[in-house]
Amino acid sequence: MSEKKNREIDAFTGVETTGHEWDGIKELNKPLPRWWIWTFYACIVWSIGYWVVYPAWPTPDGYTKGLWNYSQRAVVTAEGEAARAAQGALRKQIEATPLGDIRKNQDLLRFAMAAGNAAFQTNCSACHGRGGQGFTGYPNLNDDDWLWGGSVEEIQKTILYGVRSEHKDTRSSAMPRYGLDKILTDSNIDDVSEYVLSLSKRSTDPKAVESGAKIFGEQCASCHGADGKGIVEQGSANLTDGIWLYGSSKTAIMESIRNGRGGQMPYWTGRIDPMTIKALAVYVHSLGGGK
Amino acid sequence: MGKSADTTEEWHALTDALAVGAAVLFAVVGLTWAFAGIDDGIRFHGAVLAAAAVIGAIYILMNMGQTHDRSVYFDGPIKFATIASLFWGVAGFLIGDVLAWHLAVPALNFDLPWISFGRLRPLHTSAVIFAFGGNVLLATSFFVVQRTCHARLAGRWSPWFVVWGYNAFIVIAGTGYLLGITQGKEYAEPEWYADLFLTIVWVTYLLIFLGTLARRKEPHIYVANWFYLAFILTVAMLHLVNNAALPVSFLGSQSYILYAGVQDAMTQWWYGHNAVGFFLTAGFLGIMYYFVPKRVERPVYSYRLSIVHFWTLIFLYIWAGPHHLHYTALPDWAQTLGMTFSIMLWMPSWGGMINGLMTLSGAWDRLRTDAVVRLLVVSVAFYGMSTFEGPMMSIKAVNSLSHYTDWTIGHVHSGALGWVAMVSFGAIYCLVPWLWKRPGLYSMRLVEWHFWVATIGILLYITAMWVSGITQGLMWRAYDRLGFLQYSFIETVEAMKPYYVIRAIGGLLFLAGSLIMVWNIWRTIRGDAPVDIRDQPRIAAAPELRAAAE
Repeated sequence: MSEKKNREIDAFTGVETTGHEWDGIKELNKPLPRWWIWTFYACIVWSIGYWVVYPAWPTPDGYTKGLWNYSQRAVVTAEGEAARAAQGALRKQIEATPLGDIRKNQDLLRFAMAAGNAAFQTNCSACHGRGGQGFTGYPNLNDDDWLWGGSVEEIQKTILYGVRSEHKDTRSSAMPRYGLDKILTDSNIDDVSEYVLSLSKRSTDPKAVESGAKIFGEQCASCHGADGKGIVEQGSANLTDGIWLYGSSKTAIMESIRNGRGGQMPYWTGRIDPMTIKALAVYVHSLGGGK
Repeated sequence: MGKSADTTEEWHALTDALAVGAAVLFAVVGLTWAFAGIDDGIRFHGAVLAAAAVIGAIYILMNMGQTHDRSVYFDGPIKFATIASLFWGVAGFLIGDVLAWHLAVPALNFDLPWISFGRLRPLHTSAVIFAFGGNVLLATSFFVVQRTCHARLAGRWSPWFVVWGYNAFIVIAGTGYLLGITQGKEYAEPEWYADLFLTIVWVTYLLIFLGTLARRKEPHIYVANWFYLAFILTVAMLHLVNNAALPVSFLGSQSYILYAGVQDAMTQWWYGHNAVGFFLTAGFLGIMYYFVPKRVERPVYSYRLSIVHFWTLIFLYIWAGPHHLHYTALPDWAQTLGMTFSIMLWMPSWGGMINGLMTLSGAWDRLRTDAVVRLLVVSVAFYGMSTFEGPMMSIKAVNSLSHYTDWTIGHVHSGALGWVAMVSFGAIYCLVPWLWKRPGLYSMRLVEWHFWVATIGILLYITAMWVSGITQGLMWRAYDRLGFLQYSFIETVEAMKPYYVIRAIGGLLFLAGSLIMVWNIWRTIRGDAPVDIRDQPRIAAAPELRAAAE
C-alpha cells in the first residue's frame, strides 16, 4: 500500500508516522500511554466492584440489589428517625408543658429558642425580616405594640390561625375604605388625618383637628377607642404612639383612611407541627416586646 | 474523476428550482402561522420564518446559474457562520454578565418581565451554546471536512440553507424566550415548531457532511471528522427523543412533552448531559484535532490513542446522564450507572487532552511566540481540568455537597469558557486569515491582550464559584448542637454576595476580551495590513499566500 510507503520517522520524536496525511497533518504511531490505559482499567474494575455491592443493573423483574443491600430511601428514613429520636425527649416535654411554663425551664427554653429560630428564619423572615424587625406593612415583632395581643398565648393563636387568612378561626377585622367607598369626603379625610396626627402631638392645623375630632368620634372611635389607643380584640392600631405599620406621614395616614388596610398573615396550623408552633411562639415572644 | 453529471447546467437549473421551491414552501408555512396562528407567539414566529424564507429566495434568485466548480472549496457559508458566531458570542457573553450582575444586585432587572432572570437565563445558555458554539461548529466542520477530504462541500444551496436556517432557528428560539415561550426543558426550551424546523436543518447538515465524506479523495477519514460526525448524529438523536411532544394545536405555540415524572427527568438529563458530551465535547474535539496540529505544524501525538479514546468516549458518555439526578426520585440502580460510567469516562476524556497537549512536543516554543497557540493549548488544559472535575462531582458523596450549588456553575464555566470558548477563539483566529486570504491577523498583540484578559476573567469566575459553591453546600447542611438547621436560606444567599460580584467582574473581563477579538477580526477581514506581521508565524497566512511566498 501507498501508506506503508509514506511512513517516515519524525525527526524530533524519533517515532514513525502512520503514513496518513490530511491537509498536511500527519500522525505518529505512538502506543497508548501506559499510565493512561492502566488508570482506565482501574476505573473499570472499580466500577464493576461498585456494581457488585450497590444496586446497579436493571433486570426483567427489577434490578440487581447489590451485596450491601443499599437503598437510598432506607438511608434517608433511618437518618430522619435518628434525628427525631435525638430530639425526641425534649420535643415531647415541650408538647406536654403549658406554653407559659416553657420559659421557666432552662433546657426547654434553650431548645424552644433554637427550634423557634430555625422555623422563624425559614418561614417568617421573608415578611417579618430576619431579626423580626418588620417592614412597611409587615409588623415589627421587637417592639411592645401588638395588634392582636403580645402574650405568648395570643402570639401562638396568631401563628396558628393567621390574620385574615383562609382558616375559619382566623383573626379578622377590616379597616373601611372611607374614601373609595365615599363614606368621607377628601376634606373630611384631611381633617381626620390632622386629628390622628394630633394624637401623637404632630398636628399643624388646629382648625382641622377640631373638625377632625368630631369625625373621629363618629367613624373611628368604635374600633380605635375614644382615646385612639386601639382595642386588641379588634386588632385595631394604637394611633397615639410612634409605631406605624404603614408609615407615620400624613400622606400614609390619609392613604390608610382613603383606601383601607387589610394585611394578611397565613395560618400555620397543619403546615408546621404543633411543637414547633409552640417554640415559634416562645421565640417571637422573647424578641423584645412580648407581654 | 472526470466530468461528473452534477456539474451540468441541467443540474444547476434543477437545484436552483428546488431551492426556490423549498424557500417558497417555508414562506407559505410561515405565512400560514403569521395569519392563521391562534396566539401572538406563533404569529410572530410565522412572520420571522416567512421573512427568512423570502430573503433566502431572493438570494437564490439573484445568484442563480452561478458556476459550481468542484475543484474549489465552498467557503461562503463558512464565512457567514464565522461572523454569526462572533455576533452571537458577544451577545451571549453580554447577557451572561448581565445575569451575573442580576444575581449580585437583583434590583437590576427593574421589574421588567422581558429581562427577568427566568427569561434571560435560557437566552444566555442558548446564545452561548447553540448560537455561538453552534456557528463555530458549523464553520469549522465545513472547513475541516473539505480540507481533510480534499473535496468540495456536497450540495449547491444546502450549505447555505444550513447556516441561514440554523441562525433563523436561533432568532426564533431567542425571541421566544423573551416573549415567555418555552417548553420548560433546560437547554431544550424551544417549542415544537422551532424543534421541527431545526430537525430539517440538522438532517440537511448531516447529509452534507456524509456527502462530502463520500466524495473524499483521501483513503482514510481524519479523526476530526469522526468527532464531527459523532456530534452531528448524536445531537440529531438527542434532539428528536427529548423533544417528542404533542402540540396543543398545529396553529399554536404550545405543546405537551410525551414523558412525565421521573421518566421525563431522566430523558431530559440523558439529553442535557449528552448535549455537553456531544455538542460541547465531541464537536469541539473535532476542532482541536484539526487546528492544534495544523497551527503548530506537528503530527498528532498518537493515532492509536485517538482511535481508542474516540470509541470509548462516545460509548461511555451516553450513559452518564443520571448523575444529574443523584438523591432524587430516580431509582438507585440508574444513579449507580450514571456515576460509574462517569468515572469510567475520565480517561477517555483525557485521551483528547493528551493528544492535544503532546502534539506540541517539538513545538513547545510556539506557546511563547504564538498567542493563538496559547489559546488552543490553555483550552485543552481547561478541558482536562473540567473532565477530571466532572467525574469527581458525579461521585454521590461529592455530589451531595456540590449539587444545586454554585460549584456546578463554576464547573460548567471552566468547561464552557475555558475549553469551548477558548478553543473556538483559537480556531477563529486561524480561520479568518485563511478564509479571507489575508497575510495574517491584523494584530497579534491584540490576541495577546484577548488571551490574558479572558484567562484572568475565567480564573476569577471559577475560583469565585468554587468558594461560593462549597460555602453554600456546607451552610445548607450545617446543624446546630440541638439538631436544627444552622442557617436559613437567605443567610446562605447573603454569604454568596461577594462571590457574585467577583464572578460578574470575571464575566466582564471575558466579555471585554471578546470585544477585542471582534475589533481585531473586523480589521483583518476589512483587509488592513497586519501591524505586527513579523511576530506572526508563517502558518497564520492564508494557504495561497504561503504557497506564493515559497
